[in-house]
Parts: sequence; C-alpha cells; structure tokens
Amino acid sequence: MKLHGAEIVDTFAEAFGMWGARVVITAATPAWALEAGRSMTGFATSVIGCKCEASIERELDAAATPDGRPGVSALLFAMDRESVGKRLVERVGQTVLTCPTTACFNGLDADDTVDVGGQLRYFGDGYQASKVLDGRRYWRVPVMEGEFLVEERFGVVEGVAGGNIIIFARDHETALRAAQAAASAMREVEGAIMPFPGGIARSGSKVGSRYSALPASTNDALCPTLRGQVEHTDVPPDVESVFEIVIDGLALEPVRETMRRGLVAAAAAGASHVTAGNYGGNLGPHHIHLRELVP
Amino acid sequence: MTLTLTLREQPVVPLEAEALCPDHLAGASRAEIEALAVWHGKERTRVGEFFAVSGSGDDVRVEGDLSRVKFVGAGMSAGRLTVAGDVGMHAGAGMRGGELHVEGGAGDWAGAGMHGGQLVVRGSAGRQLGGVYPGERAGMRGGEIVVHGDAGAQAGAGLRRGLIAVAGRVGDAAGLRMLAGTIVALGGLGARAGAGMRRGSIVTMAPATPLATFVFSCIYRPPFLGLYLRRLRALGLAVTEEQLEGRYARWCGDGLELRRGEILMLEARA
Repeated sequence: MKLHGAEIVDTFAEAFGMWGARVVITAATPAWALEAGRSMTGFATSVIGCKCEASIERELDAAATPDGRPGVSALLFAMDRESVGKRLVERVGQTVLTCPTTACFNGLDADDTVDVGGQLRYFGDGYQASKVLDGRRYWRVPVMEGEFLVEERFGVVEGVAGGNIIIFARDHETALRAAQAAASAMREVEGAIMPFPGGIARSGSKVGSRYSALPASTNDALCPTLRGQVEHTDVPPDVESVFEIVIDGLALEPVRETMRRGLVAAAAAGASHVTAGNYGGNLGPHHIHLRELVP
Repeated sequence: MTLTLTLREQPVVPLEAEALCPDHLAGASRAEIEALAVWHGKERTRVGEFFAVSGSGDDVRVEGDLSRVKFVGAGMSAGRLTVAGDVGMHAGAGMRGGELHVEGGAGDWAGAGMHGGQLVVRGSAGRQLGGVYPGERAGMRGGEIVVHGDAGAQAGAGLRRGLIAVAGRVGDAAGLRMLAGTIVALGGLGARAGAGMRRGSIVTMAPATPLATFVFSCIYRPPFLGLYLRRLRALGLAVTEEQLEGRYARWCGDGLELRRGEILMLEARA
C-alpha cells in the first residue's frame, strides 16, 4: 500500500517483553537536568551490548515535577525486573548522584518496585537520613555540594521492546531526512523511547555472526553496499540508504502509536519504502502490523 | 450522605467518647450508634444521652461545642470525621488512618501516639500535639498533622515518624526527645526546640536560638524541603515563595544524644 508516495510494506514488527522504569531527574536549571538525563541514558542503545536500553522520554516543566524544579523523565528497560534495579542503581549512582544540583524520583506508579535509593544511601557512610512523605520514602545523602535526594523505590512494569520501523530512500540525504522527521514525530509520544543516537540506528543487526563470539552482526540483507555481494538482499534496486528506528515502551499502545507517527512522518518526508523487522513471528508475542497503522 | 451527631448540652464533667470514630459509626444504625458507650466522669453512659443522631453514611460530622469531649476520633483507621467547632483533649490520639478535621481548636494531646492518617485543625492546638504518652518511648509514628493556628508546648515530643506542620507559632520544647520525623513551624519556635532529639528535622521560618548543644553546619537549600513545603501548600497552608526558594541554616543536635537531628532555620533575605 502507498502513503504519501511511499510503499508501506505489508509486514510486521515483532516486539517482546522487557521490564521498564521511569526516572524523573530534577535540577536547578533545565540544562543541568538534561545533562544528568543524557549522562544516565548514555551507552544504553541495545540490551545486547549495554545491559539495558534507555533514553530521555521528555523534558518536564517545573510544575510537573515533585520538587517544583525543571526536570527530565527517562525510561530504562532491561530483560527482567532485577536487572532494571541493578542498572538503575549503577546509573543513578554514577551519573545523577554525581551531577550538580540534581534530585531523582520515581516516575511510575506500579505495584512492583525495585530498591534504588535504599542502595544508594550507603554512599552517605552513615550520615544519610530518610524522610517519609505521603507514603513514599526518600533518602538524603550528604555530598560535597550539599545534599542529594533520591526516592527509595522505583516502580517497574513489564513493557514492550523491539518495536521498529525501517526507512528506505533513494539517496542518503533523503533517507536521513525522513528518519529524522520520523524520530521527531515519534518523540511526542509519552511512555515510549527510541534508545539509539538521535533515535536512529544506521546499523540494524541480524541475530548471530560467522564469528562465534558475536551474538549479532550487520544486517547484510539491508546493506545497500552489499547488494552485489550477498545471495539475498532486501534492498530494492532504487534504494541507496536505510535507517532503522527501534522503540521501547511501557506498554504496547505507546509503541504502536510511536510506530504510527514515525511511519506517517517518514513517508511524508520522502521515504521510498517503510518496512519493519521481525523474526518470522517466532521470537516475540507482539506483532505490530504496518497495514494497521496506515491512516 | 452524612451522618450527623449533635451535642445536646455541654457535659458537666469531661465526656470520654472514643465511640465518636468512623470505625464504630459507619454502617451502624441510629439505635446502634445511640447505644454506644461513653464515659461521663466515672459514669458509663450512652452516646444517645448526649448526642442527637441524624442521617447516615461514611462521612461523619459532629456538631456543637465539644471542648469537653475527649478522645474524638481516637484510634480511627478509615473514613472522614469532621468536628464542627472546638474539640477536647486526645482528639485523633492513636489514629491509624482516615481524616479527622477539626473546624475549631483542639485540646492537649491531639494526635498523640498517632500511627497514620491525617489530622487537620483549623484553629489552634494545645500542648503535646502529636506527643508521647508518659511511659512510652515514641509518640507519633506516622501520618500528618496540620494546624492552621498555633500549637502549645512539646509539640512532636517523642516523634518517631510523620509530619507535624503548624501555620502559626509552636510552643516551647518542640520535638522534645524526638527520634525522627519532621516538624515545620511556619510561625516560629519557642525555647528549647529539639532538646534531647536524636534524629529528625525541625524547620522554622523565624529566627530562633538553638540550644548550646546544637552545632552550626552550613547555610544551604535542603532539597527535601521543596517536597515538604509543596505538600503543605497543597494541604492549605500559606507557604511563601521565599520559604520555597530560601536558604536555611542547618544546626545539628542534640549533642547530648546522637547529634543526627537538625534544626533548619530560614535565612532572612538580604
């Protein structure tokens, strides 16, 4: 089917379950909140190589944060709830606790929680103090600047990871422009993130490799430069560049909505084809069909 | 629907009315409510002897001058109880949940030994607000007390957890031997605040002279205070921008105990 002149391939994205949490970081200025958010979500593009996937979800006005200061919310995903807890302790401890003026709060009401502030408090070496307000416990950790405030427990939910769209275009400039337009439109959705740089991956991967040590390797069927080398290619003859956008969400619906917005924006920005990656339906329980997303 | 109990006449001696609690009243029939026991001095009598009962429902309202009625809402665990006027001693003492709203003033020991829930006093409160009963190590162990007027001496004595916020002035020895928790005095503190405190926070918006056993640490903006003051604003207290954005002097004490407690004093803007 066609949308704004782009071919929407009749296929589906295959998504699977991953556990996620939402972190709210506040600071004295929006710039410091963003700095901490970027640092906390750095090196978190793929669970295969980074142990988790994370990104800033959105910037928050002072009125929308627990302590009335400007902030950001970030989502972090890992394969199980324990891993989410470990990654949060590592990342909040190394990047938010250390960042000037910040405080860190749970941003997700969920029945299931993991201990974050309750672990980081030990940095206070016995001088830490707790506060319980409205049923939530916070830890005050003394630091050289003054005090770091962190909530004890963070909600976790089983979310959906691996939503994706793959964007083709007739030249590299158009492909990148279409991918950027898609990523920009996709960022508007609450409850979902795109963990790759700028939301865009140029190096989609396939499972496995001819080298036994590697769990994943370049998706040769989608590399335009290999069209003349490989036995099978998925790159159409008139396509010169391909980008992928991967989406993780706290639930299925935000992932679907993010894909829908990306698909429409990419098509409108000059993509020649939009498709999605899957594993033949054998890996993930969530199959998001592109034909259902076309308006 | 509202269940209303109206006091017919002032008791000659204080009436001990632990029965005036949503736990006992919600869902009960008029006859059952009238038959509940109260103590008039040393005489055991019935609610119906002193109160006219009308209406029904989970929202309970008690009307009349209850300044001689003790233990109203004591031990309550859920529901909402409103006292349309003054209330006597021990109101909300030991309460574990629900909301107790006093539209007038409250006598001594309001919220003493409280475990949870919310006690709101629109007028002033007496001594030992959220305090500790003799022989007990800890007083209030959770919940929130909000007083729109002043509070008497020894507010938060033995406080272990929870929040006591007073819009006006708090009397002498606030937080006496407190173990943890938070006391916010928007109108200032009396003498000897925090005497014998081990942990916890006493926050004041007016200058005060800490005991000699407290040691000055620094002037800073405590991050947790933003959460607390916004909570108090949501609960209807007049928290100013200066208080929200201001810097506070931190005094650590009591040095005769653990010195893990603190008095935070708003610095006057230069």
